[in-house]
Amino acid sequence: MSKPDLSVEIAGITFRNPVMTASGTFGYGEEFADYVDLESIGAIITKGLSIKPKAGNPTPRIQETTGGMLNAIGLQNVGIEAFVEHKVPFLRTVSTPVIVNFFGNTVEEYAELAERLDRIPEVTGVEINISCPNVKHGGIVFGTDPKAAYSVVKAVREATIKPVIAKLSPNVTDIVEMAWACADAEADALSLINTLTGMAIDVKRRRPVLANVTGGLSGPAVKPVALRMVWQVARAVKIPVIGIGGIMSGTDALEFMLAGASAVQVGTANFLDPSAAQRIAGEMETYLEQNGIHDVKELIGALEV
Amino acid sequence: MQFKSTVISNQEVSPGYFRMRMTAPPELAGSQPGQFIMVRVRDAIDPLLRRPFGIFDVGVAESEFPGLGAATYLEMLYKVVGKGTEALSGYHHGDHVDVIAPLGAGFDLGDPEEEKILVGGGIGIAPLYYLAKTLVQHSRVRFFLGGRTRDDILCVTEFERLGVETYVSTDDGTLGDRGLVTEVMERHIRENRSRKTLYACGPMPMLKAVAEIAQRTATPCQVSLEAYMACGMGACLGCVVKGKEHSDETPDYRCVCKDGPVFAFDQLKWV
Ligand SMILES: Cc1cc2nc3c(=O)[nH]c(=O)nc-3n(C[C@H](O)[C@H](O)[C@H](O)COP(=O)(O)OP(=O)(O)OC[C@H]3O[C@@H](n4cnc5c(N)ncnc54)[C@H](O)[C@@H]3O)c2cc1C
Ligand SMILES: Cc1cc2nc3c(=O)[nH]c(=O)nc-3n(C[C@H](O)[C@H](O)[C@H](O)COP(=O)(O)O)c2cc1C
Ligand code: FES
Repeated sequence: MSKPDLSVEIAGITFRNPVMTASGTFGYGEEFADYVDLESIGAIITKGLSIKPKAGNPTPRIQETTGGMLNAIGLQNVGIEAFVEHKVPFLRTVSTPVIVNFFGNTVEEYAELAERLDRIPEVTGVEINISCPNVKHGGIVFGTDPKAAYSVVKAVREATIKPVIAKLSPNVTDIVEMAWACADAEADALSLINTLTGMAIDVKRRRPVLANVTGGLSGPAVKPVALRMVWQVARAVKIPVIGIGGIMSGTDALEFMLAGASAVQVGTANFLDPSAAQRIAGEMETYLEQNGIHDVKELIGALEV
Repeated sequence: MQFKSTVISNQEVSPGYFRMRMTAPPELAGSQPGQFIMVRVRDAIDPLLRRPFGIFDVGVAESEFPGLGAATYLEMLYKVVGKGTEALSGYHHGDHVDVIAPLGAGFDLGDPEEEKILVGGGIGIAPLYYLAKTLVQHSRVRFFLGGRTRDDILCVTEFERLGVETYVSTDDGTLGDRGLVTEVMERHIRENRSRKTLYACGPMPMLKAVAEIAQRTATPCQVSLEAYMACGMGACLGCVVKGKEHSDETPDYRCVCKDGPVFAFDQLKWV
């Protein structure tokens, strides 16, 4: 039997396989170059970028929890100027598609950043983080109000011709409503989930463990929630969905594909196994071979309920 | 690099403290003192994240398996504090662990002519042994070692065997002088006016005290820091500390895992 086809297409871009690295867990790619063959993964998604450099939160910023971790990094990043000067030259050396995750404080900032990213040839596409908890906009978080989400995605859509992925927050009552809003605003694809708001307490000191009090939960502990949300959203929208949340193995990734995801992102797993994305793509290939499946696309949404 | 390592030995050297020797690829013999390793304690999701440990020793020794010749080994010295180190303490000869090493920026070995002063508190001596072993080849080395009580004072004979002059103090006086190691160390610096460099690793209050002494006596000083780490390679930004230029308007965060764990004390903001 010939090698199975692992390639997937999203928004007109062909990815050699469906395994991407989740924003904030893979730096700017370079950090992992010694541990993973960057040419073997579907796409690199970079740390959330803003116009100005951002300091992030005080420490402690991370804490392990059962089967997961909490983080309150606070979107520390180098800002777009340093990104262009110091990070893009490395990214130019890899042929793997690069998707830049970004955020702003206002609709205008989102649009401005999208426009500036549009002019960088090394940037294949953009992923809008509307899940960040510190945005202004009348006190309403973009990621939890469908109207606000619509306006951000729309503004970005008008500012760039590159593929636009909207990344959804799970911290909502109705994820489908959010997905619809982003699809209506002509996002090319949706990715979900970002981290779930959580907390850890130090009983000895009777204080929260994280300086920020709360943080975002990721890792295997969130997978069932992520899978459910991907399944709900993939059935409800026509645009491709990218599944994220606790993916550690090829089997985990396949579960997301069956639930309707066209691709997946690997996050926390990169920390414990820096070659996780490459390994997971390999495990998916082995599964296809062993089960006589020629094309991974056959599995997308193939769940029987 | 990432490799599967075989445990050679794992001995309790003092109550709650273990010294683990394991196999390592030959490249590890080139590690710098002060660099660290990330250990995946189990191939499972609990504990989930890798755990960071200093390189206590690395070298080449005759293999314990006859006929195999010389092989590179790696050693860590660790304190049991939670579930990861608890699990590690149960490892035996022949067990396997997954390791990423060497990571981070190590100590600057400085000018061979000057005296080297090492200051360690409790488990903070872990990266200082390999440093001492390297420094004694060219320089005079003195080692000031402190702990809460005698059980926290580890590996004194190992340091002495290197030819290092070792001074011990404990908070409760159960071993060596009673009192703070930093006080004994400061006295030495003031009484001996030769050129010196300070190297310190230990709990934050101790490092602050050492940094103050370095400042007061205009002595160059390098400190090895700890921080809670997820990735160990500069990607998650979980492990940062404030650099000297840090303010809310102009953030100057440094990654302990990548820019450190060793920093010149005057590169950091101590308040
Ligand atoms: C660069 C570096 C080098 C280190 N070198 C050594 C070494 O050589 N020997 C050694 O014994 N320890 C060393 N540590 C500390 C060691 O990493 C922690 O003790 C270990 O991760 C605890 O894991 P655990 O699962 O047993 O504890 P957990 O169950 O995770 O936590 C138990 C308690 O341990 C403390 N702790 C947890 N993680 C850390 C951490 N990263 N740093 C400090 N305290 C922590 C916290 O107080 C926590 O409440 C080093 C840390 C760093 C960052
Ligand atoms: C340390 C850390 C930093 C993160 N930073 C970002 C970020 O900058 N932008 C973003 O959209 N998501 C960020 N995320 C969320 C991840 O991209 C991902 O959505 C989440 O971790 C769930 O996937 P996982 O369970 O595979 O980690 C971050 C996650 C972690 C753990
Ligand atoms: S531990 Fe991830 S950046 Fe230092």
